[in-house]
Amino acid sequence: MTEMKDDLKKTPLFNEHLRLKAKMVDFSGWSMPLQYSSIIEEVKAVRENIGMFDVSHMGEFLVKGPDTEKFIDKVITNSFSTLKNGEICYSPICNENGGIIDDLLVYKFSNQKAMIVVNASNISKDFNWFKKQAESFRVDLFNISEETALIAVQGPKTEEVLQEISQIVLKDIEYYCFTEGRVNGIKVLISRTGYTGEDGFELYVSPDASIPLWRKILEVGQSVGIKPCGLGARDVLRLEAAYMLYGNDIDENTTPLEASLTWTVKFEKEDFIGKNALLEQKEQGLEKVLKGFVISGKAIARHGDKILKDEKEVGYITSGTKSPTLDKSIALGYVKKDFAKINEEFIVKIRDKDFKATIVKLPFYRGTVKSKTKKKSS
Amino acid sequence: MKKYSKTHEWVEVDGKIATIGISNHAQEELGDVVFVELPEIGKEVKKGEVLCSVESVKAASDIYAPLTGKVIEVNTELDTTPEIINQDAEGKGWIAKLEFTDESELDDLMSEEEYKKFVEQH
Repeated sequence: MTEMKDDLKKTPLFNEHLRLKAKMVDFSGWSMPLQYSSIIEEVKAVRENIGMFDVSHMGEFLVKGPDTEKFIDKVITNSFSTLKNGEICYSPICNENGGIIDDLLVYKFSNQKAMIVVNASNISKDFNWFKKQAESFRVDLFNISEETALIAVQGPKTEEVLQEISQIVLKDIEYYCFTEGRVNGIKVLISRTGYTGEDGFELYVSPDASIPLWRKILEVGQSVGIKPCGLGARDVLRLEAAYMLYGNDIDENTTPLEASLTWTVKFEKEDFIGKNALLEQKEQGLEKVLKGFVISGKAIARHGDKILKDEKEVGYITSGTKSPTLDKSIALGYVKKDFAKINEEFIVKIRDKDFKATIVKLPFYRGTVKSKTKKKSS
Repeated sequence: MKKYSKTHEWVEVDGKIATIGISNHAQEELGDVVFVELPEIGKEVKKGEVLCSVESVKAASDIYAPLTGKVIEVNTELDTTPEIINQDAEGKGWIAKLEFTDESELDDLMSEEEYKKFVEQH
């Protein structure tokens, strides 16, 4: 049991979590809800109905200025300039060696304004990195993390519930798009994004407004069984959907190509940080690749467990959990490229015992999450 | 009468047989239990040694033998429904029965009252 330190940072919704009797944990310096009722029940609420998460610990930066497009395209591996206003992209940012500094979302307001959303554990590292890269560009950078609360509402009933109190027509917001407007009279930036594999929205609000908004959503969602959900459920949901967790599945020693994030690397861009290293890795071939495993039996593989083939070490687990949705023990891990094939079997050493692990197609579970569709011209 | 260890196991003694499980407090701390690795019947353990492990969604935790002895029975219900531990940790969620050898070891365990205080202080 870890002792709670007094100097942990608190989100504006901290007292709401205490009121809801959440079990709080230290998550990279933040006091965050791990669970309110049970992780399994909270996962179920999101998969079947609706769940709500406080993710205000995430970091937000604003980029403004005439070089916004050039600057962001230099730092991220994905393409910002080809986004339309109101669109969002997911992207890693890499160092010169192609190692992943963080993975983030970029919201495009215009070719002169963007918002970048980063992992809580990387806020200062990322901000310093962006600042350093910005020196030769005509852009201004603002860290607005402290002034921004973030509520994620996820699950198949999210649109129906939020529409009841929303002054925005939610069905018009497509996957990975955002708009600004009012929900329950409260000014929000709302996007159809999430980290659960289900359809849903994320709402960026001022810290003061986050409390009435949180309460209102809990109230209107009650009839369809809304549950406040903690980081425990969030981790299970993201793993079932095979979304990366920075620090577990990806870090500065892994590249987007190794992490099966090749779709986020736009080599056709003139230049971006890490391009040369990634091109070289692409040409020479990868040594290790991230794959999904189903483990036979009920033991759960954890970060760092070894993956063996014919008694030789060929990889390691980066994340593992019991998937309540599939009733299977699932894991992500890196294995040598030669073995990275669907149905290939391995041994995973879990607490000194051998368990059979088989590579499966990702995601482990596909929920109601929308996909990116090209608008047809009608 | 139930007795408790500092590592959050409970023991209930009936003659030479001790029934062992994890405390309700431990269950709450662990969260949803998804897998119990039961000890082998016949396994001999010394007090303080790892008896088996309980895995929750969050993490795996070792369960320590509160007494020295031999495993004579395990709760096989936990194989299929490990969540019994969350529902009734100090009853139907028992883990194993030990034939214990050293009665004096019982003196090192806490009463329910003492354990309550211990939990509050830690």
